[in-house]
Order: sequence, then C-alpha cells, then structure tokens
Amino acid sequence: MTGFLQNTFNGLVSGAFYALLALGLAVIFGMLRVVNFAHGAFYMLGAFGAYILLAEVGVPFWWALVLVPTGLGLFGMLLERAFVHRLTRLDPLYNFLLTFGLTLILQDVVKSRYGIQSSPYATPAELGGSVDLGLFDFPTYRVFILLFAVAVCAGVWWLLTHTRIGVVVRAATERPELTRAFGIDVGRWVTPVFGFGVGLAGLAGVLAAPMRAVNPLMGADLIIVVFAVVVIGGLGSIFGSVAAGFGIGLIQAWGEAYAPPIVAQTLVFIVMAAVLLLRPAGLFGREESSA
Amino acid sequence: MRTTMGVAAASAAVLLIAGCGGGGPRSSEGEKLTDGKIVLGVLNDQSGAYSELSGKNSVKAVEMAVADFKAKHGDKAVTGDITVVTADHQNKPDVANTRAAEMYDRKAVDAIFDVPTSSAAEKVADVAKEKRKPYFNITAATTTLSGVKCNKYTFHYAYDTYMLANGTGRNSTEQGARNWYMVYPNYQFGQDMEKSFSTAVEAAGGRVVARDAAPFPNTSGDYSTYLLKAPTLNPRPDVLGTMQAGAELVNLVKQYNEFKLRDKGIGLAVGLMFLTDIHSLTPAALSGTVYTDAWYWNYDVQNRKFADRFQAETGTRPTFAHAANYSAATQYLEAVQASGSDDADTVVGALEGKEVEDLFLRNGKIRAEDHRVVHDAYLAQVKPAVEVTEPWDYVKILKTIPAAEAFKAPSPDCKM
Repeated sequence: MTGFLQNTFNGLVSGAFYALLALGLAVIFGMLRVVNFAHGAFYMLGAFGAYILLAEVGVPFWWALVLVPTGLGLFGMLLERAFVHRLTRLDPLYNFLLTFGLTLILQDVVKSRYGIQSSPYATPAELGGSVDLGLFDFPTYRVFILLFAVAVCAGVWWLLTHTRIGVVVRAATERPELTRAFGIDVGRWVTPVFGFGVGLAGLAGVLAAPMRAVNPLMGADLIIVVFAVVVIGGLGSIFGSVAAGFGIGLIQAWGEAYAPPIVAQTLVFIVMAAVLLLRPAGLFGREESSA
Repeated sequence: MRTTMGVAAASAAVLLIAGCGGGGPRSSEGEKLTDGKIVLGVLNDQSGAYSELSGKNSVKAVEMAVADFKAKHGDKAVTGDITVVTADHQNKPDVANTRAAEMYDRKAVDAIFDVPTSSAAEKVADVAKEKRKPYFNITAATTTLSGVKCNKYTFHYAYDTYMLANGTGRNSTEQGARNWYMVYPNYQFGQDMEKSFSTAVEAAGGRVVARDAAPFPNTSGDYSTYLLKAPTLNPRPDVLGTMQAGAELVNLVKQYNEFKLRDKGIGLAVGLMFLTDIHSLTPAALSGTVYTDAWYWNYDVQNRKFADRFQAETGTRPTFAHAANYSAATQYLEAVQASGSDDADTVVGALEGKEVEDLFLRNGKIRAEDHRVVHDAYLAQVKPAVEVTEPWDYVKILKTIPAAEAFKAPSPDCKM
C-alpha cells in the first residue's frame, strides 16, 4: 500500500510538469490556433535561465522562479510580434515549420554556448530535506513542485473564470468569429496570451532544473509526451490539458512500477490511441465547428 | 679543367649515393609511402551525446599526437606530410558506414580513429575489413569488436563492457557490496551491461537481488519507482548498479540524492561514466560512487603533464577517450615509422603482439589473436566534495586492475 501511494505521488509530480506544459500549449492553441512546437525549447530555456542566473549571476532559485518566466514571457511576446503573428492567416503548416525551426535554433544556440553535457543545478537548501507524510517520507522538493503546480493551475483557472481577460480568452478560444462579431478586439490579447503560455513553459523548466538533467535536448523528449497529453485532454481544452497532464503522469508511474518495461515505455501512446478511437476530439475536447 | 669536372661529378655521385643509402633525406623515405603522405581520419560524434566526452577534443588529441611525432622524429620522420581529417557520424550506423568509406576512398585516409556508439562502430569495422585499412576503435563499448566482428584491420583500444562490468562489479563485490539491485535502460547497451555486471557480481560471490529495465528513452525523466523500490527489497541491496548514461544517468543520480538512498545505506555504482559526467553532476552529487575508469588525468606526473597541455589547447581536462585517441594515433604513426611503410598489412603486422608502454597504455599489449588492446584499468571513486581541491580532480583511484585481469581472454567467436 505504501509503495502504491509513493508511486502515485511520484506520478502526480511528473504529471505536474505535463500539466504546466500542456496548459501553456492549450492556451496558445486556443487563442492563436498555433500548435507551438517550440514549447519544449522554451521549457529548456527555463531550466537554463535558472542555471545561468545561479551559476553566472548568483541569483538563487526563488528569484529564478519569478524572473525566468517573466523574461521568457516577454521573449515569447517578442517572437509572437516578430514571427508567429505574420503567419497566423496562412496555412497552419507555416507556423508548424516556424516553431519547429525555432526549436532547432534555440537548441543549437544553447548547445554552442553550454555544450551537450548537462549543467549542474542543486536543489535549493531549504527544500533539500523530506516531509513525513504519515506512511512514508517524501522529498520536500517534490511536495513543493506538486503544491506549486496545483496552485499555478488553480490560479490560471481563476484568471480565466473571474476576470475580464479570462472571459475574452475563453470566448475567443471557443468561438473566435462570434467573439469578434461582438466587437471584442481579440487581436489585442493574442500577444500577451502567447507570452503567458511561453512563460508557463519557462516556469516548468525552472522547476525541473534541480531534479532533471539540464541540457539543450531536455525539452525534445518531453514534448512528445506533452503533445500526447494535449491530444488526450482535447486540443484547446484548458481543463482537459491539466487533467490529462496529471493523469498521464500517474499512468506512467503505475506503468513503470507494475507493468512490463515494454508496455510502460509505450503506455502513453496506447492510452492516446484508445482515447482517439473512442473520443476523437479528446476527453474534454469538442469537435471543431467548421466556422 | 677536365680533372676538376671529373672530381666534382664523382663527389656529386658519392653524395647522391650516400644520400640514398644513408636514410637521411626525407624525400627518398617518403617514396616508401604509397602516396607520400599519411592521413589520419577521426570519425565521431561532433554535436550529439558523445561530443563532449570525445568529439572535437579527440580530433585535437590526434593532432597533438601528430605534432609530438613530428617533433620526436624531425627530419627522420617517414614523412613530414601528416594531416588529420574529421567527420561527424551523428552516432548513426548508416552515416558512419558512408563516412568511413568516403574517408578511405576519397580522402586517402590511412587509418580511422574513435567512432563512438557500438552500432556505428560495428559498421566501420566492416568497412575497414572490406577496404583493408586500419581502424582503431576508442569509444565504442561492445565486445563484438574483438568478438564476432573482429578482423585483421580493426583494433579495439580503450575499454569494453567486460572491462567495466568486471572492474566495478567484481571489485565492488569483493570489497563488501554483496547485494546488488540493477537498473538499466531497456535497449541493447543497457541489456548487455546488465548481463555482464550480473555475471561479474555473481562470479565474485555477490548476489543480484533484483533487476529492472527502465523505459528507454525515459520520457518522464523520472526514476522514483526504482529508487523507492530499492530499500524495500529483501535482502536489502548494498548497492544500486545503474547502467544509464548521459542525461538519463544525470536524472537518476539527481533523484537518487533526492530520495537520500546513500543515507539509507544503499551505495551507487555506475556502469559507464566519464569525467565529463562527474563535472556536469558535480562531485557532491556523486560522492562515494564507484566506477571503472580506463585512464585518469591526475593519476601520475606523466598523465598530469599531458592533461596540462591538453587543457592549454582545449580549455578542459582530458577524458580517457581523449587520452586513448592520442595513444592510438601515436602507436599507429610509430608502427608506420618502424616499418617504413604505410601499407596496411605491414603496419598491422608491426602492431600485432606488440607490448606497449605509453601515456594511456600501462602494461599495454596489442593482442594478435583478437586485436583487443589490453592495459591496466582503474577502480575509481568520486571524492567527497570537501576533498575536491581543484576543478576536474574529482576522483581517487582505489585500485589498479592489472591488464591481464581487466580484459577477458580472446573470444572463440573471433575469426581473424
């Protein structure tokens, strides 16, 4: 029982990363109809941002948690204005190529400066211990990630449901043409929303730095699973992305603990295939209207 | 007048004959080489996973070997025209295959060096055999290079999975780590390493309590399932043997520390680790970890001297891959010098069975039976952070594993 609970907790921690990344992807897709293939690279930049701040400037983890997502958010806004924006009216393939190209460029820039070998980043001392959860001890840092990610997801949920920006974003996500017809300038919100999504990826990267290898390719493997998560949750569905993120984390952890390795390795994609067969729009997605 | 002309002609003729016979002028010696020059080809990974532990700095190491060879032999060198060419095989067998053929055929390469990634290395061994040209493998671990894939032109130089498993598995077990828990990535390298390690541990009287294959690539980046399982096993393992490499090793070690397994009495043994891995994880994260090293830069004065020069050229300390590339290039050039020919069969003949002592090869011998290059290996342990007093000096050598013990006897699979 204890082992099962421990695996469940760890699954939720992995799921927290998926949820944060999928949330950003979903927000961006909803508003811009852009499948952001550079999301993994932004996650990687988040981790490197934390590393650079600590190793080269001496800025600790806590500040990185604020500074890196903010900086990356601004960088995202700049990219949106400079590139993504110009391509949104064209075939979606153009933005796919753009964001894919961006990934390669960002990876190579980081690789040329910091090499392929992982860069060291230690767990902040305050979070180095473990917490007694009754049946077992659990590393404090993992508890922190879990609470923090849940808080961020809840915060985003509150923003979307209780603020005017949220109403516009949700309306534009679900019925872009109708929202415009009401005289709401959807275009105004596109850039900040893109920046926000990029900032969330950066935040996940900062959180990953102490417990995962910080290297230029760290986003490349992960993003494949995150895309599966978004598809399972329903493309564009904000709630679906978060729920599927945590769900996939759990399934992977249980799979690794209780299923043969070959099954554990492909479990996410088995689940994705099954979901797509039963609900082609994903668990929480709606069929796209032709409008 | 006629007499003076005659004397001059006679002395010119004498000088000419002396010149030819005396072995002095390089031009006449150079003619022994098929094309008057030597071209060394370094074929490796220049931007991917192995680019730091080997990569461009291995090219630099081979260039250092060429410079040292020229300085040593001066005008007596078999040729002054020695160049180094290089190509990126991206760790892909098909690319390695094409690049190797291109090197031998079009770039007039006399010998190929390095070639990490076992599957790529095996392809290059096939090409070397077909083209009848020497190939010195440094960074691939598979024992097939001196087993089923062995051939007259392929030499396996630095290390292999047997050396790693026997070194770490056997020695750690003999030193008290009786019970092992093996975690390995579920692909060929990981599976082979797990088998070799388990065999070595059991041969030394130890026991593998449990073994788990982790997904590869491990997309979740999480190893907590295995780390949590370790203390619950019965009997409780003394050591967690990990066969992960690169970023996966980094993930596992970070999380090993997070779950404080060392404090719970479960040590860490790593199947394959390079100095660059310790650097990126920091010695603090790995302190106490045991592994087998083929060479260590701060082992003695000779190594340190080379490491200082290497650092001046590259800005970093050499891994064993760098030192071994330097050594292999040196041994190849010396064999050409000694035999006065770049004919592949002649050079291979000069190398076979040769006992060698150099920067990298201690008690070294180039076995004629399977072209395994045997030498002393080292059981190494990462120092506690407080004992690290200078950058890159992260390891203490617990034990020198004698050459005869470090590598396995020639395999019956090898038919030259």
